Amino acid sequence: MSSLQSSAWRAASTVIRRDLLLAFRRPGEWLQPLAFFLIVTLLFPLSTDPELARLRQLAPAALWVALLLASMLALDFLFREDANDGTLEQLALSGQPFAVLLLAKTATHWMLTGLPLAVVAPLAAVALGAPASSVPQVLVTLLLGSVSLSLIGSIGAGLTLGVRRSGALLSLLVLPLAIPTLVFGARATQLAMVGESVAGPLYLLGALAVLGLTLAPLAAAAAVRISLE
Amino acid sequence: MSWAWFHRFGSPPYFYRVAGLLTPWFAWPAAVLLVVGLGWGLFVSPPDKLQGDAYRIIYIHVPNSWLSLMSYSAMAVSAAIGLIWRIKVAHAVAAAIAPAGAAFTAVSLLTGMLWGQPMWGTYWAWDPRIVFELVLLFFFLGYIALRSAIDDLNRADRTSAVLAIVGVVNVPIVHYSVIWWNSLHQAPSVLRTDGPSMPIQMLAPLLVSFLGFTLYFVAVMLVRARAEVLHRERGGDWIREAVAMHGNSP
Amino acid sequence: MSEFLHMSGYAVYVWTSYIVGVGALLINVWWARRNLARARLAAARRIATRESAP
Repeated sequence: MSSLQSSAWRAASTVIRRDLLLAFRRPGEWLQPLAFFLIVTLLFPLSTDPELARLRQLAPAALWVALLLASMLALDFLFREDANDGTLEQLALSGQPFAVLLLAKTATHWMLTGLPLAVVAPLAAVALGAPASSVPQVLVTLLLGSVSLSLIGSIGAGLTLGVRRSGALLSLLVLPLAIPTLVFGARATQLAMVGESVAGPLYLLGALAVLGLTLAPLAAAAAVRISLE
Repeated sequence: MSWAWFHRFGSPPYFYRVAGLLTPWFAWPAAVLLVVGLGWGLFVSPPDKLQGDAYRIIYIHVPNSWLSLMSYSAMAVSAAIGLIWRIKVAHAVAAAIAPAGAAFTAVSLLTGMLWGQPMWGTYWAWDPRIVFELVLLFFFLGYIALRSAIDDLNRADRTSAVLAIVGVVNVPIVHYSVIWWNSLHQAPSVLRTDGPSMPIQMLAPLLVSFLGFTLYFVAVMLVRARAEVLHRERGGDWIREAVAMHGNSP
Repeated sequence: MSEFLHMSGYAVYVWTSYIVGVGALLINVWWARRNLARARLAAARRIATRESAP
């Protein structure tokens, strides 16, 4: 690795370590999206006939909608704190590639929100009638999907940094971009629950995640830079 | 030589003046073409074997669909130019396109629904092209909402420019969605490499209407862009003249 | 004539589409022009306040 690359790598890992440290000081904050997810998932069987066969049909959609909404909620934690106390500005001025640093922040954010959501979701799926044998596949689809959602969310969070009370606007911006992930993810989960191969939609989910990984940090960096001006 | 032209358009007073002069040259031909095209399609061209007279909706639906895609692309390109070269006029043009673009998309969806009910038996279907056209509408609305949510005009311009560019990926998706997926929509019957497959009596009014809609789009964009340029003015004598010149007439 | 208005049974769909389509065109024109008029007024007011300020 050239010295330039290794310094960027070191900067990124510093960002990750710092963000994780700060997050562990306030664990309550990071449990909120998880709790929200569980509550939303719970609402589905409560608002319809709780017969298991019917719930099983509803489960993929319910899981992914809940995942999407919980991710929206969690996005508030991504940039706002650091924007308010000036850290984000420091990162932008640091001379390290800004997109890499933002990717590091998004990665940490995913570890604290998307990853727990993806891990808990299969349990919620079983509660909604999924067979236990489908759990590994459901887990994989949700892991991939949550990665894409975090990345797409970082673009939306960057765009709305300068906006007060941006909740609804953030959703308006992020949800259209998240639709392909939602469609393929729900399809993959559905196939997993009936025991069929999830290969097709899974590859597409993977492709979306890779696309997001390469492009989202660039868009987010551009958006954040403008908001910081 | 061409770059000089480009930079001249970037100057607000020049753009304001020239846009004002150009507008009638787009507006009147647009009006004529629209009346001729839509009238032809509505009254003159023969009814379809399968669809009867319902197919006439095509003369509203298809031009609006094409224009929704074209206008979004134009908006994204304008936004990119404004972002990269920091030309305020380009941002003004992008802002000017958004409302019309949203309208084209909405009309495309609505007329699509009205055509879908007699043809496919349902007002709405989760067909890939329809879904992505709806996504396009959300992008337009998101662009407008983001722009109005940020107080500082310069930051609003540049932030919404990023959004416009991110969303442009949707445009090819809408176009190719009918090829990539099994869809209720038929495969492209006009923009194909081996030429259109529609009979000429039905195709001709479509092309005339489409041309009319396109000129209309440019005319409306010019009018709005002039307003946007005025919003962004920082002073200078040209403003005084521009505002006083026409008195009270638009 | 009524045969024409009937549009082989699809009258509702066809005419609604045309009304929506043409209506959108007209509304956009009216709205854009109103926008420009208001922008002109606002700019004139801005100049007036700028020039009258010390």
